[in-house]
Order: sequence, then structure tokens, then C-alpha cells
Amino acid sequence: MPITVIIPTRLRSLTNQQKRIAIEGVKVSEVIERMEQQYPGIRAKLIFDGSAYHFINIYVNDNDIRLHDGLATNLQDGDIVTILPALTAD
Amino acid sequence: MLTIHARLVDAMIAQALNDHPVETCGIIAGPAGSNWPLRLIPMRNAAQSDNFFQFDPQQQLQVWKEMSARCEEPVVIYHSHTSSQAYPRRSDVELATEPQAHYVIIPTQHLYQAEIRSFRIADQMVIEERVRIVRQYQPELELQMVA
Repeated sequence: MPITVIIPTRLRSLTNQQKRIAIEGVKVSEVIERMEQQYPGIRAKLIFDGSAYHFINIYVNDNDIRLHDGLATNLQDGDIVTILPALTAD
Repeated sequence: MLTIHARLVDAMIAQALNDHPVETCGIIAGPAGSNWPLRLIPMRNAAQSDNFFQFDPQQQLQVWKEMSARCEEPVVIYHSHTSSQAYPRRSDVELATEPQAHYVIIPTQHLYQAEIRSFRIADQMVIEERVRIVRQYQPELELQMVA
């Protein structure tokens, strides 16, 4: 069973307006790489220099990956990866 | 133009003054595509700073999931400025992520009075808009304040 990725409104122009994407992968980084193959340009919106941008939140099920292994966080079949823009400003 | 119920404005200002000198933040959700702010949800400022706000990531996920289940979107995204005027700072503009949202800023420094201002921010462009405060909505629209 694949992983489900939930795409925020702002990035749906890159995913043919799809809100949910089904994709295979055993780590968050692998899922993003596979999304990049299908939807070129999405990786650059999420990652810089090997880490997720601070203004992007990525969750596996209900868990913020920053509190786990970041982009190396392991995934299980059926997991839901949610991407949200972090609302922050100084 | 942002049309908003006076009770929601009062609630935002009360929250901002209560949290001062820490910046307050939150959203007002409404039915997707409606442009009606109805359900006020104060957010925790994870930064607990007087010049910086950051929605608590865990709370944000729960709130966004709930909005999705209710077919809502953030109609208003608000925060306070505790020592500067109610105008978006550079980072407000760079990090604004919801082009359909009204970005409301509440100044809590007495010099600027507690008058809210609203902005649309898209593609790093800021446009101030009129705020029309009303005493009632259409009868079918129900306000809700989330504790």
C-alpha cells in the first residue's frame, strides 16, 4: 500500500491541482524524490541543502518530522505525509 | 474588502491585549470559497516572542485537519504587532502562504491605537484593503469562538 501525501493549496499548481497523491517510499526524502519525478519543481519548494525549509512543516501521520529523524524519518505502508506552510513571521 | 463581525474583531483585540507583550496569533475559518470569517481559533505562539510569531506546528496540523473535514479554509490569518505599526513586515510578506486569506494585524502599542488593518498578500505584493465591521451577518451564518 502506498503512502498518501497531502499537498497544501499553494503547491497544488505543481500537482495538477491534486490535494492527495499516492506514492511509494520508505523514507520522507524518498517520497519527495519520487514526487519530484512526477511533479518537477516540488522538491525545490520543500528542501534546501538537504533539509526541509523552516517555513515548511512536514508531518508523518500526526508527528512533526523535526521531532523525529527529519527527512530520514521512516515510513510504513499506509502512512499519511502532510505538508503545511508554517505560519511564522518576525 | 474584509467584512467581519464586530464580535470577532473584539475577540482578536482582547486576545492581543491579553497576550501583550508577546505577539498573539490565530485564524478565523470560514466555509471554503465563501470569504466569510466565522470560526475564531486562537493559536499558540510557539515562539513566545514580542516580535515574532510561529503557529505551534502540532496545533496547526490539528486545526488544518479539522478545517479540511469541515470544508473550511482560513479566511483571516491574524497576529499582533507589539511595538510597531499595523503594517506587514518584510518577513510577513515573504512567508505569507495563503493568497486567498485576509492578513489582519492588530497593533497593541498604545501609540498606534488598537485599530486593526487588513492586507492581501500574494506573490510578495501587499495591498491594504478596507475593513467593514458589521453587527450582524446573514442569519444562516453562525459565529463560533474556539476556546
